[in-house]
Amino acid sequence: MKLGSILKTGMVAAGLLAGAAGSALAQGAPIKVGVLHSLSGTMAISETTLKDVMLMLIDEQNKKGGVLGRKLEAVVVDPASNWPLFAEKARELLQKEKVAAVFGCWTSVSRKSVLPVFEELNGILFYPVQYEGEESSRNVFYTGAAPNQQAIPAVDYLMANEKVQRWVLAGTDYVYPRTTNKILEAYLKQKGVKQEDIMINYTPFGHSDWQSIVAEIKKFGSAGKKTAVVSTINGDANVPFYKELGNAGIKAKDIPVVAFSVGEEELAGIDTKPLIGHLAAWNYFQSVKNPGNEAFIKAWQTFTKNPKRVTNDPMEAHVIGFAMWIEAVKKAGTTDPDKVIDAMIGITVPNLTGGYSAMMPNHHITKPVLIGEIQGNGQFDTVWQTPGLVVAEEWSPHLPDSKDLIADWRKPMNCGNFNVVTGKCGGKGK
Amino acid sequence: MFFLRLLERFAIGWNRSRFHPIANARTGDAGSRGTSRPADSSRTGCALAGVSSALAAVLIAATAWAADLQTLVTNLTTGGFGDRETAIGALAASGDARAAPILEALGAGQLYVRKSDNAVVIGRPDGNQLALTDAITGKSAGAGNEAELDRVRVNNRLRGVIEAAVGSLTLMSPDPRVRRDAADSLFKRPDPAALTALDAAVAAEKDARIKAAFTEARAAVVLVSDATKQQKLEALEIVRERGNRDALSVLQAAINSASDPEIKAAATAAAASVRQTLAAWEAAQNVWYGISLGSVLLLAAIGLAITFGTMGVINMAHGEMVMLGAYTTFVVQDIIRTSAPHLFDASLVIALPLAFVVAGLVGIAIERGIIRFLYGRPLDTLLATWGLSLVLQQAVRSIFGPSNREVGAPSFMSGAFQVGQITVTYGRLWIVVFSLVVFAALILVLRKTPLGLYMRAVTQNRPMASTMGIRTPRVDALTFGLGSGIAGLAGVALSQIDNVSPNLGQGYIIDSFMVVVFGGVGNLFGTLVGATALGIVNKFLEPYAGAVLGKILVLVFIILFIQRRPRGLFALKGRSVE
Repeated sequence: MKLGSILKTGMVAAGLLAGAAGSALAQGAPIKVGVLHSLSGTMAISETTLKDVMLMLIDEQNKKGGVLGRKLEAVVVDPASNWPLFAEKARELLQKEKVAAVFGCWTSVSRKSVLPVFEELNGILFYPVQYEGEESSRNVFYTGAAPNQQAIPAVDYLMANEKVQRWVLAGTDYVYPRTTNKILEAYLKQKGVKQEDIMINYTPFGHSDWQSIVAEIKKFGSAGKKTAVVSTINGDANVPFYKELGNAGIKAKDIPVVAFSVGEEELAGIDTKPLIGHLAAWNYFQSVKNPGNEAFIKAWQTFTKNPKRVTNDPMEAHVIGFAMWIEAVKKAGTTDPDKVIDAMIGITVPNLTGGYSAMMPNHHITKPVLIGEIQGNGQFDTVWQTPGLVVAEEWSPHLPDSKDLIADWRKPMNCGNFNVVTGKCGGKGK
Repeated sequence: MFFLRLLERFAIGWNRSRFHPIANARTGDAGSRGTSRPADSSRTGCALAGVSSALAAVLIAATAWAADLQTLVTNLTTGGFGDRETAIGALAASGDARAAPILEALGAGQLYVRKSDNAVVIGRPDGNQLALTDAITGKSAGAGNEAELDRVRVNNRLRGVIEAAVGSLTLMSPDPRVRRDAADSLFKRPDPAALTALDAAVAAEKDARIKAAFTEARAAVVLVSDATKQQKLEALEIVRERGNRDALSVLQAAINSASDPEIKAAATAAAASVRQTLAAWEAAQNVWYGISLGSVLLLAAIGLAITFGTMGVINMAHGEMVMLGAYTTFVVQDIIRTSAPHLFDASLVIALPLAFVVAGLVGIAIERGIIRFLYGRPLDTLLATWGLSLVLQQAVRSIFGPSNREVGAPSFMSGAFQVGQITVTYGRLWIVVFSLVVFAALILVLRKTPLGLYMRAVTQNRPMASTMGIRTPRVDALTFGLGSGIAGLAGVALSQIDNVSPNLGQGYIIDSFMVVVFGGVGNLFGTLVGATALGIVNKFLEPYAGAVLGKILVLVFIILFIQRRPRGLFALKGRSVE
């Protein structure tokens, strides 16, 4: 907590310096932007990068003169990978710091923890990570992928291109893998996959001894049908998992693994040569070639003073989310949450894969889906992508509980869980 | 403008019709994306044919094209993934001796098209550049870098096709290992077109073991070909005798595709018999996995057995000593990578003493700086060391960054070998050996050295030892340093199987305490037996209960056990017990 406040002071100082150096156009008090990412504890590994990206984006925006003629100021807090602390820090950002918007959270449990705070205090949260869906809040903008923007296209790809008939759904034991696997299981069965051809396996957080699970996958894979692993294994446990796969000689051409939580950052800790050909499904890869992405990578590596620093999908989500927020503030002419929330829907900004992403009325954005294969250099090679953008299904049509629900935050519906059968707002779920 | 486009999308797609843009992709030629080259007109036809019935298409295409190697190789580089599959088949069917290296390069992602003259070249890394050879003539074509070249891209599916194609091309290779690999890849991906080549290979092979591998591969091919029933039944018998997972896979495929009831019955019987053999091996495999997990637990816990077991200090920062050892390994490897790459295989050996010293010194500093003021106050020690562990984690996070660091495996620790049907990975094997060596060395230190004698004296009766002239504070510091140093050694080993991240130690602290308490506080042999027992129990539970429930069950078991025997498996007896 100490560290958080030291950092915060540092950021304020940096913001002031940047303000002094910037153009003289900016007048009035700076607009505060909250950054709610863990800088210590288990999630620091993933979230620190996102804090840095936010600082870079705010810095860049200030160089352009800020927004509405006012400078932006980052308020960084450290919720320390502690879920209740997320809620406390969110309250601090909204009540004490009076930030105009918050960019933050990684795990679904941290999002669920801050959700009531944002709804109570009418804040705005940009959530940049792929997640399990089944949620739409008026106060949250989901810039990461919903299951149909990542998991389902990946399964489709494996079915069509690698002729996979048997599926191992392996995940860490928490809400995102459990819900995603539930959706995938229902989807696979709908596609005619039999129960005996699906194996579901959960492991604890930070699981490090994968020998028997890898052996089990091998066993499951020797049934004369092409087998693939769909992995929702959480960041930290992936390294030992992939190491074990490599050691056990499971090659991608025999049993491919498609992962939803493994990006360039995670691969930075592994020798990827034994993993060539294993897959990941994302909405962005660092290897995507286009001028916008190249400029972003260059700016990022200059900002972090590390020419080898990699970029990843949640970073792109923050880039999109931040650009959308700036546009919405400009459109609304104010940072008042109600007006910005209304202005957000329909905002379209360039994404880093060469197209444009739009904020939809369900508070999710449109995204292309990319399937990439791991290369020897720790990057992904895009082997397939959706021809157009995919609209998020925040409520999965594959789950009985949510198939009748929709979210539409435009007037007059203005509802996050509208039941199209009963015609009432407030179906099942939150 | 884009907003207009968006509105358009709203109009057509957004009336809750579960709009699926992906559906369009599914029906289209999904494979053809991913190449930047212009598509030729025959793309769709080829791709569909290639995907649906690869082999038939390959044969037809091969005769129809009957072209020279130049055309065949050029075909390899144009069009989408579907076209490439057809082209690979055609090239393999040409039987040209030069085809195999070209296909191997393609599979390894080393086949390029030079942008300047459209020549197809094979590029092998050579320093910062690529050394190029002309794919067709095999002559050197100078050097180049990635920017001047277009890599011919492959995906998983194509890698499999290439493997099978190369397999049938290298059956007659002079190198016995290549022949063996060829037989294996044909066994895994049986291709009826390879039958004649295999017949010739079986006839020509002198090496009995490779001949057996060829015969097995031939049997797998026969099962997917349109051979007679008698031939298929014979083939089933050969595959059954192979008796491993790959054989089971082939047999299952035969069951799935068999139309003749007799073949189906024979295949089912063969599969059942293979499964029976495998089940027996599986138990043995679980024991091995258990020992391997046990060795990791032992390494992590053995240092704690000294600091907690003999000194009675509840050291919550023990895991961080392990982490420091792992980071020392990272630093050593980093220096070796940049300044002396030829020493890479020795990096772990170099890291061992350094990790011991680094973790040991930090341990001594902790003992002198904090713990010695807290002796006799276990709760304060617990809280102080817990805080310390957070400080150490954050310090490492600030210095090395929050992300994982890559620690490579030296060549002697990579790969695996087979014992019967058990796959033993070298890395795990070395860790088992290493943990036993550390254990033996520690016992020697405690039993045979003056330091060991002092340590035992101080822990058994402090006032008496002090009266005998032993400087007990110094012995305390050294004991704590020894325990921490051993944790550092564990870090070197764990860097091979786990994340090298600031959180590394956290994952082991609970397990370490569990092992020490279960084995009996103050007894090193108890730690050894406890670690192995917990490892094996865990690995036998995991397949049935799952990893999460398995862990819970082990924990419940230990709690119950401690109720029965509060002092663990091997309780210290005698006057020293308070």
